[in-house]
Amino acid sequence: MSLSRAFFAVIRRDLVLALRRRSEIANPLLFFILVITLFPLGIGAQPHLLQAIAPGIIWVSALLAAMLSLDSLFRSDFDDGSLEQILLSPHPTSVLVLGKIIAHWLVTGLPLLIVAPLLAVFLGMPNHALGILLLTLLLGTPVLSLIGAIGVALTVGLRRGGMILSLLVLPLYVPVLIFAGNAVQMSGSGLPVDAQINILIAILLMALVLAPMPTAAALKMSIN
Amino acid sequence: MQTKSTYSLKGKGLSCIRDDRVLFEQLAFELVSGQVLLLEGKNGSGKTSLLRILCGFREPDSGSIHWCGDAVNDSQFYAQMAYVGHLDGIKKELTVLENLKMSLALSSPGRHSIDEALTKVHMAGYDDALVQALSAGQKRRLSLARLLITENVLWILDEPFTSLDKQGIALIETLMTEHCANGGMIVLTSHHDIGLHDVDVRRIHLS
Repeated sequence: MSLSRAFFAVIRRDLVLALRRRSEIANPLLFFILVITLFPLGIGAQPHLLQAIAPGIIWVSALLAAMLSLDSLFRSDFDDGSLEQILLSPHPTSVLVLGKIIAHWLVTGLPLLIVAPLLAVFLGMPNHALGILLLTLLLGTPVLSLIGAIGVALTVGLRRGGMILSLLVLPLYVPVLIFAGNAVQMSGSGLPVDAQINILIAILLMALVLAPMPTAAALKMSIN
Repeated sequence: MQTKSTYSLKGKGLSCIRDDRVLFEQLAFELVSGQVLLLEGKNGSGKTSLLRILCGFREPDSGSIHWCGDAVNDSQFYAQMAYVGHLDGIKKELTVLENLKMSLALSSPGRHSIDEALTKVHMAGYDDALVQALSAGQKRRLSLARLLITENVLWILDEPFTSLDKQGIALIETLMTEHCANGGMIVLTSHHDIGLHDVDVRRIHLS
């Protein structure tokens, strides 16, 4: 009975499941791409304006794409009873839940990182800001999954939890949005962004340590 | 069972109130290795609620549960119990083998290997079948196979005979008798009359 074996088994299971039902990967990614491509169409041919708001557009879209994908984190496990089995495991639920969150990020967060540079170029973002954009996404999107997990765990037992979920989770996403958006903006103008990056790292580490436990507790409440 | 030590499950003064309705009050029971506790009562009498309280999914409105003399949370309870509820707890997009391996990873290996367990529930050869291709009865047998591969003493079963045919029911009864003979114990709800021979069956009637 080893904890690490259980932890990796949870990650592997969720990745296999995601591969077998591909819409889970494709939906948030398509949403992300579509929303970003809609902006130039709506704003019209104003490259300077577009360039100025590009970091905001990309980050807000990433936030919404993460929101959209959250429900799949625990929904199917809740519906088919797998969640009961996870909670009954003698291993600490918070560790198993962290495994699920990591798998969820690999499936829904990581693909955003891969297409984001393409979309940034499309919005006219300067090339030297692309590295920082990727770095902020790398640090920020796991936070979205971690914080979101608490919200989903609280609402998974409700029949219509979607609206409450966004009310619960979006305000908590704001710090990430502020620091990440600001970092990309500043690096576009050639200014140093160490402070913002350090704060994002701090937020990520805090979320990594603090999010799994309330998520586990909320799941126990929801299963009741 | 590696050790022939006896285990005990004790409930004291358990009450459950749901939506201002008292389902049961001051319920007490004691169960030791080799015994079966059968919960009887009509629909909505609180059988499933009691099982979920035993699993720790619900808090009892009063009373406490003890495993081998210690409060459930301070004991090895969760390492020594297994639950099969209304929901199968198996993933339909995974194969039979993948599902059982997952259950094994969440717990520790028990008396039987996966192959042996599948043979015992008459599902040998289905290893690589996707669960969504199985019938309801086969899914049930698969979720019961989980009881065989993980290490456990206490089985908590909520209507284990649902969607099983006569042979399936007889099969599960055999497995339950074997489990009790090996020093295990079972708490279950069932609408069927269970035919367990040579097993000490206690009954609680909830009304």
